Amino acid sequence: MTVTSLKSSQGAGRAGDKIFSGATLAAGCLILAVLFGVALFLVVQAIPALTAPAAEIQGGEGFFAYIWPIVVGTLIAAAIALVIATPIAIGVALFISHFAPRQLASGLGYVIDLLAAIPSVVYGAWGAAFLAKEISPAYNWLADNMGWLPIFQGPASATGKTILTAGIVLSVMVLPIITSLSREIFLQTPKLHEEAALALGATRWEMIKMAVLPFARPGIISAIMLGLGRALGETMAVALVLSSGALTASLIQSGNQTIAAEIALNFPEASGLKVSTLIAAGLVLFVITLGVNMIARWIITRHKEFSGAN
Amino acid sequence: MTSTLTPVRKRSALTKGQLPKYAPYVVLALALIAGAAILALIGFNAFGWGIVSAILFAAGLVGWSAAVEGSRKAKDKLATCLVVGSFLIALLPLISVIWTVLANGLPGIIAPGFLGSSMNGVTGVYDNKAVEEGAPVLGGIYHALLGTVQITILATIISVPVGLLTAIYLVEYGHDGRLARAITFFVDVMTGIPSIVAGLFAAAFFFAVVGPGTKTGAVAAVALSVLMIPVVVRSSEEMLKIVPNELREAAYALGVRKWRTILKVVIPTAISGIASGVTLAIARVIGETAPILVTAGFATSINGNVFGGWMASLPTFIYTQILNPTSPANPDPSSQRAWGAALVLIILVMLLNLGARLIARLFAPKTGR
Repeated sequence: MTVTSLKSSQGAGRAGDKIFSGATLAAGCLILAVLFGVALFLVVQAIPALTAPAAEIQGGEGFFAYIWPIVVGTLIAAAIALVIATPIAIGVALFISHFAPRQLASGLGYVIDLLAAIPSVVYGAWGAAFLAKEISPAYNWLADNMGWLPIFQGPASATGKTILTAGIVLSVMVLPIITSLSREIFLQTPKLHEEAALALGATRWEMIKMAVLPFARPGIISAIMLGLGRALGETMAVALVLSSGALTASLIQSGNQTIAAEIALNFPEASGLKVSTLIAAGLVLFVITLGVNMIARWIITRHKEFSGAN
Repeated sequence: MTSTLTPVRKRSALTKGQLPKYAPYVVLALALIAGAAILALIGFNAFGWGIVSAILFAAGLVGWSAAVEGSRKAKDKLATCLVVGSFLIALLPLISVIWTVLANGLPGIIAPGFLGSSMNGVTGVYDNKAVEEGAPVLGGIYHALLGTVQITILATIISVPVGLLTAIYLVEYGHDGRLARAITFFVDVMTGIPSIVAGLFAAAFFFAVVGPGTKTGAVAAVALSVLMIPVVVRSSEEMLKIVPNELREAAYALGVRKWRTILKVVIPTAISGIASGVTLAIARVIGETAPILVTAGFATSINGNVFGGWMASLPTFIYTQILNPTSPANPDPSSQRAWGAALVLIILVMLLNLGARLIARLFAPKTGR
């Protein structure tokens, strides 16, 4: 009696085990399938644009002539964002991990995380309505005094809706990403290294230079790469802030365009071959960000034993 | 003998060669005064005053320190100034964004019917009237709010089971094998997919399966799931990992099956962390604009069916109201509505973030003995 009931319950339990582990495995595989599907469907829908005769693509000179200015524009915007955000983000991370009073540190970290919580469209609206207006006098000054540099060539845009403004908004958006990753790595520095440096008479800055930064270097690099991935793919900040146009070297004139903003601005009204062209542009963006992210993740996993950012 | 002759006021040898404790405050006061003086010459504004004073403060403190304490301490002071300065610079956009949204959004949000009506039938004529004759600004965000809620709920329904089961696989069944490592790696890579690419994927998928031009709330929900699943996986995985192994072993020792152990022991222990992770994931996707823009179209009227017809959402509402004002001649009512919607959206996101923290704190498993 007892034996049979035990057996029957065991049978039910075994089935439950099988079903449950099968379900978890299926979910895991579904994720891989989705990522594969993203690539597959983008390729399938993009093929018409890649094979169409050059004259039918927007601009009339083929897909390559269409895509390369906006690829360059994307890289310019991301580069501006990183140049501004990286030093500030590392400074903020150091402030929270090594300079701020202990009791305040986690609260300050939360304040910086709030920056990441604000939706991108709100940043875009802020950049378009507030920042662009406030910053355009600075552009006039740059055009007057630094105009001999090709990147500050005048006349400056009167509205301030330039790729430099878009880059500044992007830098605000990637700042919390770089900060939170670097902060975690700074906190992972072995306490003994820090104390040894201080015991030898190093000042706080010398301790950071000798113990913290060398330890955290791979982590910082991967944090910057992840920030780059975000800056490359960010749409709304650019779509709302930048008054787009042809590729220009000057950062303070209107012009330039990024892939993500190009898609967002044109996709809702697109049809036919135009849809394929935009999906192909999305494929290019996907490949670029995938590459950047994979390199960043690879750096992190290679240094897994050190860093906590994984 | 000579030591008795030295004046009593001489500082102790231990603090010799150091700046006095009050040094930063003195330099700060001087920098503020000098900054105000310089700004008074070229036209005063608070922002410029702050910047000039900060530069003067850093220069003064570092210079004084270099003269008294030597170059090493001066470098330390410089680094401290730069680090604190970078933190203050990082606060500027946060304060500015929140201030801009509050200042511009409050008039919009207190307009009658803003939360309760849609944009159905609100045309440029009414906006022109509002500007020229002072009539109240009509139109609201009810349709967008409803759309956001529907799309987000559907995305959550898709993402949470998939994400949670994957996390369980990684922690309980994967044994750090090849497949588990591949999933971990690609989940991390997926976190970096640009949101617009996720939207294009969902659009391309439904174009291929259902038919070209398919734009509904459900397509947007699929796009958001692509962004949400990796966040859910990562946070749930972290939470499942910190469940003590003793609990599992105790359950096994009582003869409980693995799947029942997971369902009855592991998940209840980690549920507060999982719930807070899911809430944060919702907060992340609820503000996404680009994927909804390419998948759900624009709607001005209320759509209660997530599987059919175009659907509005708060982020796309903000975007369209700014970029294509209802009345191109008088964009002010549109921008008022956009800022009102932005304020509502920020409040939603902040509430979700706060909720996540509360859940994590209130339902945390009792540790200790």
